[in-house]
Amino acid sequence: MKLWRTPLDAEKVRVPHGVVSVIIERCKGCSFCVEYCPRDVLIISRNFNKKGYHYPEVVSEGLCVDCNLCEDICPEFAIYSDPVENTPAPATKENT
Amino acid sequence: MSEQAVLTGEHFMTGDEAAAEGGLAAGCRFFGGYPITPATEVTEVMAKRLPGVGGVFIQMEDEMASMNTLLGAAWGGMKSMTSTSGPGFSLMMENLGLGIITETPCVLVNVQRGGPSTGLPTLVGQQDMMQAKWGSHGDYEIIALAPSSPQEAFDFTIHAFNFSEQYRLPVLLMMDESVGHMFEKVVIPKAEDIKLVPRRITKDKPADYLPFKPDDDLVPPMIEFGEGYRVHITGLTHDEKGYPVINAEAQQPLVRRLCEKITKNADKIYMYDERELDDAEVVVISYGITARIAQQVVNECRAEGKKVGHLRLITCWPFPEPIVRKLADRIKGFVVPEINLGQMSLEVERVAGRGIPTICVPNAGGEVHNPEDIHAVIREVLK
Amino acid sequence: MSTAPAKAAPVERKELHHPKDTMLREDRLPHIWCPTCGIGTAVSCFVEALRETNIPEEKVAVVSGIGCTGRVAGYVNLDSFHTTHGRAIPFATGLALAKPDMKVVVFSGDGDLVAIGGNHIINAARRNMNITVICINNFIYGMTGGQCASTTPQIAKTSTTPTGNTDYPFNVPYLMDACGATYIARWTVLHIRRLKKAMGEALNKKGFSFIEVIAPCATLYARRNRLGTGFDLMKFYHDNSEIQHGADTKMVDIGFQEKIICGKFVDIDKPTFLERYRGETNGGGK
Repeated sequence: MKLWRTPLDAEKVRVPHGVVSVIIERCKGCSFCVEYCPRDVLIISRNFNKKGYHYPEVVSEGLCVDCNLCEDICPEFAIYSDPVENTPAPATKENT
Repeated sequence: MSEQAVLTGEHFMTGDEAAAEGGLAAGCRFFGGYPITPATEVTEVMAKRLPGVGGVFIQMEDEMASMNTLLGAAWGGMKSMTSTSGPGFSLMMENLGLGIITETPCVLVNVQRGGPSTGLPTLVGQQDMMQAKWGSHGDYEIIALAPSSPQEAFDFTIHAFNFSEQYRLPVLLMMDESVGHMFEKVVIPKAEDIKLVPRRITKDKPADYLPFKPDDDLVPPMIEFGEGYRVHITGLTHDEKGYPVINAEAQQPLVRRLCEKITKNADKIYMYDERELDDAEVVVISYGITARIAQQVVNECRAEGKKVGHLRLITCWPFPEPIVRKLADRIKGFVVPEINLGQMSLEVERVAGRGIPTICVPNAGGEVHNPEDIHAVIREVLK
Repeated sequence: MSTAPAKAAPVERKELHHPKDTMLREDRLPHIWCPTCGIGTAVSCFVEALRETNIPEEKVAVVSGIGCTGRVAGYVNLDSFHTTHGRAIPFATGLALAKPDMKVVVFSGDGDLVAIGGNHIINAARRNMNITVICINNFIYGMTGGQCASTTPQIAKTSTTPTGNTDYPFNVPYLMDACGATYIARWTVLHIRRLKKAMGEALNKKGFSFIEVIAPCATLYARRNRLGTGFDLMKFYHDNSEIQHGADTKMVDIGFQEKIICGKFVDIDKPTFLERYRGETNGGGK
């Protein structure tokens, strides 16, 4: 995530970290999760599920901030993120 | 909540009022209605009486809505009822079907007037008898009772509620304008003397409960919403779990069971009144207000020494086939006066067969039969 | 849109349980809605909103009518009833009166609620019946194959308006406002956070609350009007939605591919039908 300036409390705020899971067989390939993920964690897989849809795939696990947007916007109840406890703040794009 | 639900004692009231009191005595605590002549008085009594007994009355925007509120209230655990007449009855047909397929107990009072369409709002008819059986689309069986007096309007409304709970379906009280507007003595018994069939609530726990898994008598036990059962009830063809299943494998057993829960239990449902049938050569079959005229004719015939009997239908549906078939084997003919141009007479003819005549005494409505018209047909058959 | 590298990633097929599954009829998923249909997202927001309200789940019922959105009742793991076309609100009325301790939610489509069920929705709002109505508006009859609805914007093509709709569509929030609804909001399914918040507010509201949810119908509305995919409609919502809380509902009508004004338009309090009926407040009743 690009920031205009470093927030004053950046040191104190611990950015949450999440792990994304995809229930592949429920996906109908709408791509909402891929497009609206604020951290670009997901891409469209080249693989098909049983129904012939390209489902999302996690490419940048470490970037997920467990915002649940993919979970809420998914019309198929096919994707969700779980918070990861006790992990250091994930690396931002700037310092990777 | 301070008034008496059961007005024990002797009253002078109309059939419409008696039907409303019958509903209250049967435990009805929800009424969703829409005014229509000649059934409005049922609605008015309920509007006045229900708040006092802890119930709810609501006047809906139309009859489709009224019918649906009954289903909602029934799944909310209440006994529910509405009243209407011809045009409103037509509008209720849509959700009568929903009540049938979702197996929802409730009672509809149809105070019949002359039709078709707006027809004769203030005058008598018995022209909805076939609509009662076939009015909603799809195959189904129904229970319909026809009272001949305000006392019966009271009594049969209670029967209607009991049947609706026992067999889980909407039950029809097919009254007519004459009975609905007729003032007569009505005796209301003590509350403890009124036999009521309670709702068939399941004993299963939520995890085990299947909303459409029938008992041995083909009727599934029910639940009430808001009790943690998390059921899904749909007007689509469904499986025992209540889930929509759109194929012949689900349709065949469901529709057959919906019909068979009535046809296979019909012996326990049939109600009729037999008068002087033992030696009868001609039997008059009638119902509702027409039965009172028919009985007068039968009495006159007997006084003249003619062997005429009277079978008065109380359950028009299911049609009491066994008694009609038994009579058909030994009498000379049936005479069926009714305030339509031949509806239940078709059913009599179907059951009696072609061996003996079944003659309808038709009447297009607006007035009851002239006894002489019935008499003339009886003389013809006896010839 | 980025795509995966050429090498095929191994497919992981372990047993996964979505956190919303407990509130869904998991055994009926995947649901019948088309890819990019917005109804699923609205249901997702609804179950999340419901969870956040702390209303006991067994005290919530969902009632639907007929149509694509009519299938919602069959997917939520709550007491649910799938009525005939247009009649969800009268059923909900009966249920809400019989069970005043329950929260009865009507979840249905624009055709079901404001066309065939129009008489019911205006009267339920007028009575201030204690129900929450969530109306998915996709501007078209989806289940039957894309016919013109009473919400289809002028110009828009449907299977029954092949040269473009000439009728004036309903401005649904204005209609509800005129009927006296106590809570009226409109969001698109792109506004997931705001939609969820609005659903929570509506669920906690006593009286007739109404939310119009603008949702994409890619298969019929977008295709017939050459608007691209459901995702293109989401992008359109992103670029053309304008949030105006408290907007005059008269001004929030939706033209074909024109600005969609979203927000919470009405939030007032007045006695419900049952409160007036039981004489618990002024306003008549026994």
